[in-house]
Amino acid sequence: MSPLEGQVRIPSGCAVSAMISKDGRRMNGESIIESMIPMHDRSNGLGGGFAAYGIYPEYRDFYALHIFFNNRACQSECMTLLKEYFEIVQDEHIKVRKMPQITDEPIIRRVFVSPMQSVLRHLQIDDKELVVRIVNRINSQLDGSYVFSCGKNMGAFKAVGFPEDVGRYYRLEEYDAYCWTAHGRYPTNTPGWWGGAHPFCMLDYSIVHNGEISSYDANRRFIEMYGYKCTLQTDTEVITYIADYLLRRQGLNLEEMAAVIAAPFWSTIEGESEEKKKKLTYLRTVFPSLLVTGPFSIILGFEGGLMALNDRLKLRSMVVGEQDDMVYIASEEAAIRVMAPDIKHIWAPAGGEPVIVKVKEGAF
Amino acid sequence: MNFYPEFEVVRNDSRCIRCRVCERQCANEVHWFDADGKVMLSDESKCVNCQRCVTLCPTRALKIVKSDCRLRENANYSDQTIKEIYRQAETGGVLLSSMGNPNPLPVYWDKILINASQVTNPPIDPLREPMETRVFLGKKPDHITRNPDGSLDTTLSPQLSLSMPVMFSAMSYGSISYNAHASLARAATELGICYNTGEGGLHEDFYKYGKNTIVQVASGRFGVHKDYLEAGAAIEIKMGQGAKPGIGGHLPGTKAVGDVAKTRMIPEGSDAISPAPHHDIYSIEDLRQLVYSLKEATEYRLPVIVKVAAVHNIAAIASGIARSGADIIAIDGFRGGTGAAPTRIRDNVGIPIELALAAVDQRLRDEGIRNNVSIICGGSVRSAADVVKAIALGADACYIATAACLAMGCHLCRSCHTGKCNWGIATQRPDLVKRLNPDIGSQRLVNLMTAWRHEIKELMGGMGINSIESLRGNRLMLRGVGLTEKELQILGISHAGE
Amino acid sequence: MKRIYVKEEWCLGCHLCEYNCAFANSGMTDMVKALRGKEIYPRIQVETDENGVTYAVSCRHCTDPICVKSCIAGALSKKDGVIEIDHSKCVGCLTCVLVCPYGAVVEDGTGVAQKCELCMTNSHGTPQCVKGCPNGAIVFEERGEAE
Repeated sequence: MSPLEGQVRIPSGCAVSAMISKDGRRMNGESIIESMIPMHDRSNGLGGGFAAYGIYPEYRDFYALHIFFNNRACQSECMTLLKEYFEIVQDEHIKVRKMPQITDEPIIRRVFVSPMQSVLRHLQIDDKELVVRIVNRINSQLDGSYVFSCGKNMGAFKAVGFPEDVGRYYRLEEYDAYCWTAHGRYPTNTPGWWGGAHPFCMLDYSIVHNGEISSYDANRRFIEMYGYKCTLQTDTEVITYIADYLLRRQGLNLEEMAAVIAAPFWSTIEGESEEKKKKLTYLRTVFPSLLVTGPFSIILGFEGGLMALNDRLKLRSMVVGEQDDMVYIASEEAAIRVMAPDIKHIWAPAGGEPVIVKVKEGAF
Repeated sequence: MNFYPEFEVVRNDSRCIRCRVCERQCANEVHWFDADGKVMLSDESKCVNCQRCVTLCPTRALKIVKSDCRLRENANYSDQTIKEIYRQAETGGVLLSSMGNPNPLPVYWDKILINASQVTNPPIDPLREPMETRVFLGKKPDHITRNPDGSLDTTLSPQLSLSMPVMFSAMSYGSISYNAHASLARAATELGICYNTGEGGLHEDFYKYGKNTIVQVASGRFGVHKDYLEAGAAIEIKMGQGAKPGIGGHLPGTKAVGDVAKTRMIPEGSDAISPAPHHDIYSIEDLRQLVYSLKEATEYRLPVIVKVAAVHNIAAIASGIARSGADIIAIDGFRGGTGAAPTRIRDNVGIPIELALAAVDQRLRDEGIRNNVSIICGGSVRSAADVVKAIALGADACYIATAACLAMGCHLCRSCHTGKCNWGIATQRPDLVKRLNPDIGSQRLVNLMTAWRHEIKELMGGMGINSIESLRGNRLMLRGVGLTEKELQILGISHAGE
Repeated sequence: MKRIYVKEEWCLGCHLCEYNCAFANSGMTDMVKALRGKEIYPRIQVETDENGVTYAVSCRHCTDPICVKSCIAGALSKKDGVIEIDHSKCVGCLTCVLVCPYGAVVEDGTGVAQKCELCMTNSHGTPQCVKGCPNGAIVFEERGEAE
């Protein structure tokens, strides 16, 4: 048997796409699925996935765990562990549409949970930290169970297959989200494991990524010092953990995070104003091991917004379009034109220059 | 007991023009001119094969070859082993050697190969794209802090800023010459890196290079005073040296002349003997006190480096140092050079730097304290490829000394302890010291480092990495060849083909 | 004008400059053939003072050269700042050798005078003593006018 994702590092090329309403309007998944069709050739049928924000308003106070189980025994083992730390609010099948393009499916469950206060007090951590720890533990230690989404009022949907098929399989046209991101994968060998598809999520952060970063092991070995376990050995996974570490644990803002992972060159920093130079030098000095090099274009989704970012040399394509309250981002302009045929304002952001879109406060 | 000399001087008389440069340039007095016969003669028993005469002979009339006259060797008793026994039987003394361990023990650098990008991600061309080699050594904060207005508080513990991750390692003024120090100091300044005073103090002429100087404090405390500590860019506490772990230093009184004695603050002509331990450091908590004493003395402006020899328990030792307040740990492997060391210690004590570095980096990460300290790796870093491998294994920067000496002219004859260095490096004899012109010495050091920097950039570009920080600890970029499972496990790398 | 200067601080007294000079002006392409078994008459000579300091001496190409003034045969002349000697005109009176305050004009072994012409008149075109000095003690550089 070929090694699974996580037992071996698998480089891949990819397609990414995203749409977001700054007014917080919720849209079904039809459009984002369609956007992946013109980029069909950027995937090879070995992984596709979506992340959607604002889809569980009635359960917004609970963490929505999306979990793959290899079999019933795994499921029962994992649920036993979860029950030690969380109240189980709802435990259900994620509805799918059977289709010939998608096969070998695992058991796919959605579990809404709420951390037990007594546990939080005992461990002296907050609820987010508990979710991170337990999800890491399940994914690294429970064979046959894999939590692939664990945020509030959001969820990831992914499978082995072409992204447009994966979207139909999960019946995404039945979900309404103010922000959608999508990913089609072109891995260089065939692990055929659903957990290896993207997006990769941690709490409400989701990452879709196109590229193969050259700094991977430097980033991985640094971030693993802080309790993260890079079980999948993918770029997307390590970038998600970096985002979580910098944004949630260090309290950086998005621009500051961009200045760490796609840091400006020293020669650029030299030319900045005294104040900016100080700040950029500080960030590069403090977090040198979180600089990400090699080609990447990523879309980081989070509650109430998203950020798109290219590597500092812009070694991967990424375009952005804006129309009314909508912002579109994709690997290719063709994908944006599917979502918004009449769009006028399309541009390619420079390498290392973050594009940050936030939904109006209170609208999500 | 007399032996046939180790080297033979082969003079091609049909090419010799009797210019006598060999005679004038040999401090060992191997060559002389016989006026009666009008020929050059030689006493080969004095030859150390430093190649000074060969290099300067204008007609290539000279060569030095290893003598093929051997004692009756066997696989257990080599010619050298037997001769060493004879020599000790004669003198009753400890054998002395110089430079690094010459024995055929594994050189792991040579069994590690570097990756390059193909298809799935692009190599980067350093001639066309920016390629960054700047590093900051020093403690990094665990958490950022913000000012009341929400902006980042950008104050940091002191950092040592280097234009490239290579520095000149400690060699004291005394063990090497004034001109060698001048060459190192000037080159470090021009390159934007640092050189290291070693335990010999800092000559007053070189205070002006302070921004590029690491001042060392070793067990003898030679040359240490307030101005000295404040003169440098960092302070290094030398606990040990790769060439001679567990023992101190010894500068013979014959070398403690003039400015050397003055700079060390010792009487002229007296032996400068550094004790094996620091007598105020018998344990890790004592080290902490010295680290903080030095920080207090310099008002916390300078990072403190703790240099240790790579010994068996190096990972635990490094972990202790990382918690002692030190900003930087320098690890010196068993191949590291020396101006003089007991042969048995040099050749049998300590472990390879590659394994030590990998073990330390991993241990500090396992304990979550890798950010507390930077790591400098020394002890036979011979090329840009070794530097790249060291950084990928986890080093923040490398120390080089033997390579720097070679750049200044050293021919690795391993006779530093005689004090008669024909290349003007490991000597205090004025007529020999002047053979190293710092204009030339510093330029050659700058050339060497510039060449290495180009090569580092080429290797990084090939891997698709455009900044040195993305290489640090990036062990996925390395593969081993011909290594055992255990060696691979310690190095934290996969075998080629995996 | 560029002249040869000596930095006695770095002179090792190795005398290589003398041999390089003799070879450069021998007209031959092989040093062994040019110098083996022969007495050399270099135009640069290493001297040692009473303190043991060594330094090489050669023509300084004076602004107001007394050797040129003293030459009875018109063999010495100054062209573009370089003092040259025309061996075909030299009658071997060696007045120039006597008057040169630096001892930089010498007899060439055949009875006529010779002096450093900065290797401008031989096949090298650039001073070979400078090129061959192992320690940078002889330099060829612009330092303004000499006396």
